[in-house]
Amino acid sequence: MTDTNNSPVGSSWNSDKFMAGLAKRKRSERRFRLIGLAAILTALTLLAILLFSIFSKGYTAFVQTYITLDITFAESVIDKDGTRDPDAIRNANYAKLVQDALRAKFPEVEGRRNLRTLFSLVSNNASDTLRDMVEQDPGLIGKTVEIPLLAGDDVDMVNKGYIDRDLAEENRRVKDQELRWLDILEEEGDLSLHFNTNFFTQGDSREPEKAGIAGAMVGSFYTLLITMAIAFPLGVMTAIYLEEFAPPSKFNDLIEVNINNLAAVPSIVFGLLGLAIFLNVAHLPRSAPIVGGLTLALMTLPTIIIAARAAIRAVPDSIRQAALGLGASKQQAAFHHVLPLSMPGILTGTIIGLAQALGETAPLLMIGMVAFIADIPGGINDPATVMPVQIFLWADSPERAFVEKTSGAIMVLLAFLITMNALAVLLRKKFERRW
Amino acid sequence: MSFYPLLIVLLLMSAVGYWFGSKKALGAVRKSSSFITPRPHQFGLYVVIWALVPPVLLGALWVMLQMTPLQMETGTSQQIDRIFFPILVLLAAGGGLYISILRINPDLRVRKTIEGLVYIILILASIVSILTTLGIVLSLLFETIQFFKKVPMTEFFFGLNWSPQTALRADQVGSSGSFGSIPLFTGTLLITFIAMCVAVPLGLLSAVYMTEYASSKFRAVVKPLLEILAGVPTVVYGFFAALTVGVFFRDVGDSIGIDIVSESALAAGVVMGMMIIPFVSSLSDDIIMAVPQSLRDGSYGLGATKSETVRKVILPAALPGIVGAVLLAVSRAIGETMIVVMAAGFAANLTANPLEAVTTVTVQIVGLLVGDQEFDSAKTLAAFALALVLFVVTLCLNVIALIVVRKYREKYD
Repeated sequence: MTDTNNSPVGSSWNSDKFMAGLAKRKRSERRFRLIGLAAILTALTLLAILLFSIFSKGYTAFVQTYITLDITFAESVIDKDGTRDPDAIRNANYAKLVQDALRAKFPEVEGRRNLRTLFSLVSNNASDTLRDMVEQDPGLIGKTVEIPLLAGDDVDMVNKGYIDRDLAEENRRVKDQELRWLDILEEEGDLSLHFNTNFFTQGDSREPEKAGIAGAMVGSFYTLLITMAIAFPLGVMTAIYLEEFAPPSKFNDLIEVNINNLAAVPSIVFGLLGLAIFLNVAHLPRSAPIVGGLTLALMTLPTIIIAARAAIRAVPDSIRQAALGLGASKQQAAFHHVLPLSMPGILTGTIIGLAQALGETAPLLMIGMVAFIADIPGGINDPATVMPVQIFLWADSPERAFVEKTSGAIMVLLAFLITMNALAVLLRKKFERRW
Repeated sequence: MSFYPLLIVLLLMSAVGYWFGSKKALGAVRKSSSFITPRPHQFGLYVVIWALVPPVLLGALWVMLQMTPLQMETGTSQQIDRIFFPILVLLAAGGGLYISILRINPDLRVRKTIEGLVYIILILASIVSILTTLGIVLSLLFETIQFFKKVPMTEFFFGLNWSPQTALRADQVGSSGSFGSIPLFTGTLLITFIAMCVAVPLGLLSAVYMTEYASSKFRAVVKPLLEILAGVPTVVYGFFAALTVGVFFRDVGDSIGIDIVSESALAAGVVMGMMIIPFVSSLSDDIIMAVPQSLRDGSYGLGATKSETVRKVILPAALPGIVGAVLLAVSRAIGETMIVVMAAGFAANLTANPLEAVTTVTVQIVGLLVGDQEFDSAKTLAAFALALVLFVVTLCLNVIALIVVRKYREKYD
């Protein structure tokens, strides 16, 4: 054993120099650790800012301002002849009822332009509301009823406090006159916030107060249906082939390398593929969920294949050998034993792939799913849009009220994505077997 | 007869065939002296295969015939479509049923037929992914060649001026449009660089902390939270970049007297970096985990602290893998579309100043293809040329990255 005290350098484990060095090293250790923690916290803060900025802008999208007016269902307007003919009732000028009610409320307003501004307080969907009411209950004719009517988007914005009243009038979208009317309505308790059912039941609209995401939701549903119907079976079959049957050969290597590369191709390139093949060669209908679904299926296929292969590989060989030993063919071993055992893993991968497809926008822009479509699509061949594209379209709209709608739509989309991912996690937790 | 009724009739026929075949097989097997015979339902499937495969092949042949340029008169074509083709299909299906039922006997090796067909279907399914790649390459290449017939290659690759707006009338000023794509490439690189400046340090340091310092509890909570960043749709990031971050940077610039446009490359880049953080961190996480424990133990045994071990042993050992991860992240950033479409500019601008608006390859592809298109204009074709460049670049990056990562893994396996 050597005696450390005799060493020529003369360093000692508790010399001042060594202790100073140690303290420095410990400080740098702490610093490094803190930097690492700070990096994680920064990333999480960014996430928090993102979510906060969306939620704080978006939660008001789920309520909408209504103006309560005393509507007189005058017989002279709705049903001049008193026949109660359904056709006459349907085609009556209900907008006039709303206008009369507004005039009665603000009798001092005169002049064409001022009146038009006054009438724009109420959304033009009010007349449809009234018509539906009268058609359901013709007994209303001749009565005067207090009815909450959907307000225009400007009124809604003022009521939710998005319009800065301190701004000079010429820079403000809502003028002093309208603000005065609104204050009067507010004082008399005629402004109210109701749950925004339109947002969940209507298609897109140029008017923010009427716009809803039902059309986009149905479009997303059909698109994902097609994606799933194509990508899931193809992905599972490819994975089974590659894991269970493919003999090692150049061709099978090619398939494998190709799938890995396909997984990293930018999504927009798939859009161009869809445009060139499905639209220009196969002449499928533009903007339809079928084309969107096919394109997204090709895009998600690699994700599903990779996940399915991992799940199949995780099934131990003893299962296969036991099946083969009992006289099963290779295919019976694969389809009757390996596949059911790997199904939870495959489904988890598929759901994650579909969640990706649900949030995808760029390829769908290429195949024309960006058109303005007010109707709710009725099938896979109808022109449609999907939720992310609807968000993109609304984000581009100049009206202030669409900012709120965009954030609201993002919240709905995120809710769907979270549900899907939670489902995937649950599936994995519940059914995954550790061998 | 149109498609769906025909399909229903075929399915009905095969259902009857299945029932009849398995029933006949049951009788035959009972009488058979052989010990090992196929199960009755396999005979049923055998009959179904005979009933369905010929019509499917006929249908495929018919579709291919219709696609060939060899045109018939529409009248004849319709007649064949309406009458001749369905009859042929039904005959084929009926013939298949008849022959297969006739052939049923216990010594028939039906499982071999069934499994042979399943095998072929599996191979066909696997080929779809190759066809996808082929489709991408061919469709991009075809349109790109058309494009280079109109615009010289040198202009596209070396031109400094990008303004693809071709005029409506031939005599308008600047009617030809110019297709120099250098400003797009520099814009893409600028935004990608900014994104990497955000994502690589944050992602790498998070990965180091997660693997070397964090308790398993911390990991279990924070890792999924970080993954949320990767799961947020890109259109949401785009909205965030355009409405929150871009405006924030502009206001900050205003308050300190620097002119920052609200569509600055900085805003798009930072948000894109944010999106890529979890990508970098989970890839580096795997790679750092793959560094053998013996290296760590050796370092600790020599008295090194954790941070010294990380800096002097683990990171150098993991470097090739981390380079691979960064390359993958770069390819991700180059191909990212929605963030830049919503938050970056549309006008080409040859600059390296991150405070100005630049445009990228993906933004231009979207700009050129959204809206009305004519398929022979240079404007539309230019999008395909850009996409081909994008495809080739990202493919090269991925291939290099995968090779690097694989080499690295092999080293420590």
